[in-house]
Amino acid sequence: MSTTTTTNTPDSKKSADDADKGIRLGSLEVLAVLLVLLVLARSHLAGLLASPGMQTWATVFVSVLVQAVPFLVFGVVLSAVIAVFVPRSFWAKALPSHPALAVPAAGLAGVILPGCECGSVPIAGSLIRRGVTPAAALAFLLAAPAINPIVLTATVIAFPGEPQMAIARGVASLVVAVAMGWLWLRLGKTEWIRLPHRPDLDDASKAKAFWAACRHDIMHAGGFLVVGAAAAATINVVIPAAWLQSLAADPVISVIALATLAVLLSICSEADAFVAASLSQFSLTSRLVFLVVGPMVDLKLISMQTGVFGRRFAMRFAPATFVAAVLVGTAFGAVLL
Amino acid sequence: MAQAVIMLLFGGAIIKATITDVFLRYVKEGLRPFLLVAGILLVAAALMTMWYDLRAGRQAPSASSSPDGPEPSADPHDEHDDGHGHGHHEPRVGWLLLLPVLGLLLISPPALGSFAAGQAGSVGLSAASDYPPLPDGDPIEVSLLDYASRAVFDSGRSLTGRNVKLTGFITPGPDGKPMIARMVLTCCAADGRPIKIGMAGVPIDAPADAWVEVVGVYSSQIGTDPVNQAQVAYVDVTSWQEIDEPKQPYA
Repeated sequence: MSTTTTTNTPDSKKSADDADKGIRLGSLEVLAVLLVLLVLARSHLAGLLASPGMQTWATVFVSVLVQAVPFLVFGVVLSAVIAVFVPRSFWAKALPSHPALAVPAAGLAGVILPGCECGSVPIAGSLIRRGVTPAAALAFLLAAPAINPIVLTATVIAFPGEPQMAIARGVASLVVAVAMGWLWLRLGKTEWIRLPHRPDLDDASKAKAFWAACRHDIMHAGGFLVVGAAAAATINVVIPAAWLQSLAADPVISVIALATLAVLLSICSEADAFVAASLSQFSLTSRLVFLVVGPMVDLKLISMQTGVFGRRFAMRFAPATFVAAVLVGTAFGAVLL
Repeated sequence: MAQAVIMLLFGGAIIKATITDVFLRYVKEGLRPFLLVAGILLVAAALMTMWYDLRAGRQAPSASSSPDGPEPSADPHDEHDDGHGHGHHEPRVGWLLLLPVLGLLLISPPALGSFAAGQAGSVGLSAASDYPPLPDGDPIEVSLLDYASRAVFDSGRSLTGRNVKLTGFITPGPDGKPMIARMVLTCCAADGRPIKIGMAGVPIDAPADAWVEVVGVYSSQIGTDPVNQAQVAYVDVTSWQEIDEPKQPYA
């Protein structure tokens, strides 16, 4: 497929002559070689997957991805629409000027940003760049991936007959997001945040910026989704149901176990409800904590936040959010579920 | 450009799996239209990226020679930082998307079978308020879930005197005897849980994971699943035959 794309283009020869294109063609060549090797090694790979355990791993891995793809793609496209076509001045105008009021307003604004956490990190960065107070942007960052319609719909679908799960998830996530925003107003320091340059969103051509945002978010979020799916499949196959069940028996341990699992699995918020649903040995409260923690703190988010806001920020923000999410999630689980 | 090719392959793999019904091994059938649209959007994003890349390649020489070029970022060197600390405008982690492409196009792992069925406990049955009589037919085809719930909660009242036909795959039971099972999905194979039914009567010597169609009558025997102590219904087999895996392997 890669050969057709290069030979089809009348300009390929010209751009090959262009010294600027050296790096790009390099990665394309690597890809072509990789694809050929994969096709050649196909029967060998199939042999590796012959054992029932590996086969089940592959099936679960592929199925988590197939299930998540529509949610991922629609989330990315919609967030690209909002990131590119909503005017830059809109957010600053729409939010109350007083920071303490802007925090809950920005948290609620997360409802209209359908996307997963991978999309909301760069958007929160650009909100700060557009002059929104950091506390409000952070409340938005935490709330948007958890309380938007796509994620809540996925939660309703994943827990048939238990709509209170989606309600508890939305309310608890909003409370954590607003609490963290206010905490930032009291304790946060602006110099912890260091924003890098992101020129492709400022492109003169809106269509070009839109497709650039789509491509970037699909590759970025999709890549981390692959990691999450592989981890989920491994846990699914390796950890015996009986062992998970022993953790699930104790109400305190089960909450801590699933909160940790949410951080380690790093599953997209659009798909995590389906994984939570499959952890059926666990109490609804511990699964709610899983759903509240997951979109706010996980390994891929910590690395993304380090990239967008800087390490000094991520080192402080992630642990504080984790504690807040566990406490609030447990409280709402005890009351609502 | 390499990323565009990966996206194109990924979108293409999703579309192909959807059209050829391979996706039924992984998710529920209701996802079909969404998968198609998502696959098409992936392909569109890939094609647009290629188009802009090629156009940028055409404009790059003139843009770099005139300082007031209309699209400053058309030069790839301006796009270096993607804002995620990778130091390049294309996130490297995206290369991992080749793994699902490989899985879908080259390997297409099979639907969950006896390994997954042996690892997870049987689905918890829920009692219905009433069990209407089975429709006419001899034998009458009944789903494993329906059979198990009628056998366990209705003590087989609506099953007695009827020949039932059950379809599923063979999975070894706790006593080493084969059971007939089917995986039940809520959303995708990650949440698949088995429904298992024990078999008495005519001995069955099909290997694990073979798909069978058994005809039998209600048996009052009730067992327990060792994994989660769920109640397991039994069927008295009168005849059986091996069949091909059905298009929709899950219950």
